[in-house]
Amino acid sequence: MAIARNKREQMGLTGNSAVAMAMKQVNPDVFPAYPITPSTTVVEEFSSYVADGAVDTEFIAVESEHSAMSACVGAAAAGARVMTATSSQGLALMWEVLYIASGLRLPIVLCDGNRALSSPINIHCDHSDTMGARDSGWIHLYSETVQEAYDNIFQAVRIAEHPDVMLPVMVCLDGFITTHAIENVTPIGDEEAQEFVGEYKAKNSLLDTDNPVTVGAMALQEPYMVFKYQQSEAIKKAKDVVIEVGKEFEEKFGREYGLFESYRLEDAEVAVVILSSAAGTTKVAVDELRARGKKVGLLRPRLFRPLPHAEIAEALKGLKVVACLDRTDSMSGFGGPLFNDVRSVLYEVENRPLIFGRIFGLGGRDYQVKDALAVFEELLSTLETGKVDELIKYITFDPEAPLSVDGSGC
Amino acid sequence: MSDKKSPPIGGVIERGGTAHEYTTGGWRKFKPVVDHEKCINCLICWVVCPDSAIIAEEGKMIGFDMEHCKGCGLCASECPDKITAITMEEEAD
Repeated sequence: MAIARNKREQMGLTGNSAVAMAMKQVNPDVFPAYPITPSTTVVEEFSSYVADGAVDTEFIAVESEHSAMSACVGAAAAGARVMTATSSQGLALMWEVLYIASGLRLPIVLCDGNRALSSPINIHCDHSDTMGARDSGWIHLYSETVQEAYDNIFQAVRIAEHPDVMLPVMVCLDGFITTHAIENVTPIGDEEAQEFVGEYKAKNSLLDTDNPVTVGAMALQEPYMVFKYQQSEAIKKAKDVVIEVGKEFEEKFGREYGLFESYRLEDAEVAVVILSSAAGTTKVAVDELRARGKKVGLLRPRLFRPLPHAEIAEALKGLKVVACLDRTDSMSGFGGPLFNDVRSVLYEVENRPLIFGRIFGLGGRDYQVKDALAVFEELLSTLETGKVDELIKYITFDPEAPLSVDGSGC
Repeated sequence: MSDKKSPPIGGVIERGGTAHEYTTGGWRKFKPVVDHEKCINCLICWVVCPDSAIIAEEGKMIGFDMEHCKGCGLCASECPDKITAITMEEEAD
């Protein structure tokens, strides 16, 4: 992460506090949320801002996440700037309405603390929640650090409300690892934040009785596909908007954001593709191996939906072997979603790299530097043999003795 | 769709009350018939009709909007027991 161009005050904040603070600085019109487990403290802290009069937001405490997202849809259709936050089962319960939000092209911003889905019951870091919503038509931004999660909130507002896009955005950060860990954050000023997000003027409002509109009308065999095509084109355009908004953010605040982060990838022979906080751990392994003269690198997608396929292909085309690490199993019997996407992206690449998928960190299982080093060892031995031994495998895990894994415990 | 080349974003129709243009009379299997001799104009049928298909004017039950009546029979079922002014008849094919 780039260092701030201007000297600014730093604060020690958890991911949740930083996100709540960013949302306070955005000062949305409406914030519907289900404020207890499995939600994050983003909701608790934001409701404190509401109670203290620090924001002008209408906070709606609802009876479930299904209702939370429904209230988001209603408020956004009324022309409000709307935000909410959830996690895990909460996002799962929003499912049905997520599709309605994107289909109606409502620029809602949601923050999700990535956590596991039941069963078994587990509250720890895992990408199953948002990965399950990856086809819901939302734009997905994955954040590595507290700073990035904070910065992504402001950018998400601009991306969602861009006239070429008009789609909801979810900002994802790793449950506990990022949501509850305190990191140094350089916040932006309240006025700067307001200036960056600007004022939102919706094209239509359900509350404008002088200009009535019909929202959520039926569209059967012929028109349905027309609207889905339109939505598909809009999410494709989101990629350029993410770049444009990231550039503007960098110019104003000095921190650089693109479609993905390439780490020591230029002359690399092998690389790991991984999302969010685990990329930080993997970068330490990259540095260790680079110090030993190994040509290793990392690619961390930030924008996951829409998938910047051409750009990822371009970034990975010179590599010999790629390992995709998924913090979820899509239960297809064929690895995780990131593996499948990246493998598909590489299909068009001439002399495409070999690729394998590894599943790690489910339900908060530890992923340490030594685990990243083990993946790189596999990559380097694959580079030597020119053959992938195992296409998909669970790591930090011995299937022969699943309850007695080295150090990670159970 | 107002404009064939650029349908409205998110399917938002920039007019209200558009459900009226979608006729549902063809869904009917049974049709309501009112006996005006028996009807006391209590308008319970007007209240319960899920499709606003009861036509009422100046406090009087006039008849049915057969373009929208789906033939659900709620009006007949809710017509007071002592009155039974509305009955359902099989729709002729």
